[in-house]
Amino acid sequence: MPKQIILAAHFPGVNNTTVWSDPRAGSQIDFDSFEYLARTAERGKFDFFFLAEGLRLREQRGLIHDLDVVGRPDTITVLAALAAVTTHLGLAGTLNATYHEPYELARQLATLDHLSGGRAAWNVVTSPGAFFGENFRRGGFLDHADRYVRAGEFIETARKLWDTDGGEFAVKNSQFDIKGRFGVPRSPQGHPVVLQAGDSDGGRELAARHADAIFSRHHQIDDARRFYRDVKDRLGKYGRSEDSLKIIPGVSYVLGDSDADAQEKAHHIRRQQVSPQTAILLLEQLWNTDLSGYDPEGPLPETDPVLDESDTIIKGRAGMYPDRLKTANEWRARAEAKNLSIRDLIIEVTGRQNFIGTASRVAEQFDEYVQTGACDGFILVSHLTPAGLDDFVDQVVPLLQERGVFRTEYSATTLRGNLGLA
Amino acid sequence: MTLHLAIALDGDSFAADDWTTPVRQADEARLDFVTFQDSFGGRRPDAVQVAARVAPLTRHVGLVPVATTTHTEPFHLSTALATLDHVSRGRAGWQVRVSHDPAEAALLGRRAPLEFDDLFAEAADAIEVVRRLWDSWEDDAIIKDVATGRFIDREKLHYIDFSGAYFSVKGPSIVPRPPQGQPVVAALAHDERVWSRLDVDVYFVTPADADQAAKIVRRLPGRKVFADLVVGGRTPTDAAVFTGTTTQLADLVAAWSGSGIAGFRLRPGEDYGVSAITGELVPELRRRGLFTPSPQQRLRERLGLPQAVNRYQEVARA
Repeated sequence: MPKQIILAAHFPGVNNTTVWSDPRAGSQIDFDSFEYLARTAERGKFDFFFLAEGLRLREQRGLIHDLDVVGRPDTITVLAALAAVTTHLGLAGTLNATYHEPYELARQLATLDHLSGGRAAWNVVTSPGAFFGENFRRGGFLDHADRYVRAGEFIETARKLWDTDGGEFAVKNSQFDIKGRFGVPRSPQGHPVVLQAGDSDGGRELAARHADAIFSRHHQIDDARRFYRDVKDRLGKYGRSEDSLKIIPGVSYVLGDSDADAQEKAHHIRRQQVSPQTAILLLEQLWNTDLSGYDPEGPLPETDPVLDESDTIIKGRAGMYPDRLKTANEWRARAEAKNLSIRDLIIEVTGRQNFIGTASRVAEQFDEYVQTGACDGFILVSHLTPAGLDDFVDQVVPLLQERGVFRTEYSATTLRGNLGLA
Repeated sequence: MTLHLAIALDGDSFAADDWTTPVRQADEARLDFVTFQDSFGGRRPDAVQVAARVAPLTRHVGLVPVATTTHTEPFHLSTALATLDHVSRGRAGWQVRVSHDPAEAALLGRRAPLEFDDLFAEAADAIEVVRRLWDSWEDDAIIKDVATGRFIDREKLHYIDFSGAYFSVKGPSIVPRPPQGQPVVAALAHDERVWSRLDVDVYFVTPADADQAAKIVRRLPGRKVFADLVVGGRTPTDAAVFTGTTTQLADLVAAWSGSGIAGFRLRPGEDYGVSAITGELVPELRRRGLFTPSPQQRLRERLGLPQAVNRYQEVARA
């Protein structure tokens, strides 16, 4: 029997992937939108629904970013409400290990696991620096190196609490010194599913040690296979089997009646995602300086990026460019060679459209990725809220089912069971 | 006069059905709201999540979870309660709780509990922060202006810049302003020292009789005062406990109704549960004209609270 594909639906969030200017775009706040996407995912027999978290609004040039979707509701509260309108769909929320406390978060996740009948999942992330800390009493208090220490001990602590079956616990490690009665009896999954996001060596090691699944970035198929191999090879030293950690990249897709039609649609979507104003802001994120005087339809700046990482132009978003000068030179060379404007170049280099084609072409590619060890499944990030998943569920899911690589009915009641995790 | 009616739910079950059943009964009986008890360390599910879990399954009843200011970050409180208001379409409230229990502090590894004055000063700051965050988005901040490419008008988002003795919070919220503007804030006030310290809309008080209720109401001008009443037997509480038939209970409600209280929060006891309240007592009170369901869907409006004014919007327009 071929390997079964994991599918999850990401509720679009606060970045330029989400096209809010499309007349079909709905609210990113109204519960109707969440309910619609979750019901669509469940109609498509998806494994889980995935929500990101916000702790502060992003800023650029010292101003609140106003071009993309801004604002979102509280993750776990939305998931608890979605538990009422779905029956099989896993409910995964990003919850930050830096600005939550283990007792409180473990209690919330165990409660969600009970209230959903065993469908809770936690995507563990960490945050650096003082920017987010300005909204919390603990402030910005973690060095970069300590983030994974805290995250690892946070997960270990949560698991210890979940194992008490509501009873007494005492935890003392480098990050936490807590004790008392947990108060939540063992939940249907025992441990809610733990996802971890992060591509760095520290992130991979943390995932190999603690996570049930990795929410990775998409890679070209050869890079994806290398990433997959690297992470799965780390499991042995923790006494874990390869099947105990699922690798699920976040990907986007565009479907068309023909491959050419899909390409044309994809081009149109990219132009909506990268407006002239957005192009300048995205360029500033590499150049790390105010470029508002530049013409988005003109050439790239001749000056070099500002390398002072202690004062970046964007706040509230992870750094994306480890070597600004090198990347800038690559972009310049590419723009000159192909005679690209700033906007054209940004459309090319920030593109996140991974699977473009007919439904059968996309189904074939998904299958190839999973059967050849590039990943275990996909978290789909659509560009439209909340109807962006409709065409995938209606067109691609039946083809995956025909291939025998995706379920036609849920086989288990818990998320852990559906994912094939012990 | 017509009174408001609420039910206090306090259960140790983690099964969703054990919560949806009574809340739906309260919803169908058109009660004004239910409260969900909570504390850290006891055997109880997280109250905000229980409220969110039942929200899509109900249409009218207000959902008022207990959440603690002593240990939970005000930013998290604000976003969770704003979200409850979004998922319930304007039916969210918040019963503020403080904790002086060292065992609760130990669960979070935080400092030793504060003394009474500081504990309530911290709670007052937390309420202030939560309320400012709710106001930090003006109602019409989302503009979706295709011509300029702007999703929001950032001039309509506001840093709250709160700086106090216990914490500081920059803002703005990550959640757009909730449907009610300001969800209803309530607090239990057994102790007179609490009465003037917190900026709340609703106080739950525990008078022993109608005269005492009237005295409390006179001392709390501008607040909606609800009398806590345990019906049908004992639970550990300092609220008045009443046992008797439905007719006798209705007589009691009638006797207290002239005291100026806004209504009752009924705490189901051992032998008078939610079904008896919604199935027997409420119809009897309706027959006597003591309770008339509100046609309003939003909790503020159900309770006759004034429309929430956005402090930042007012400043911007001044």
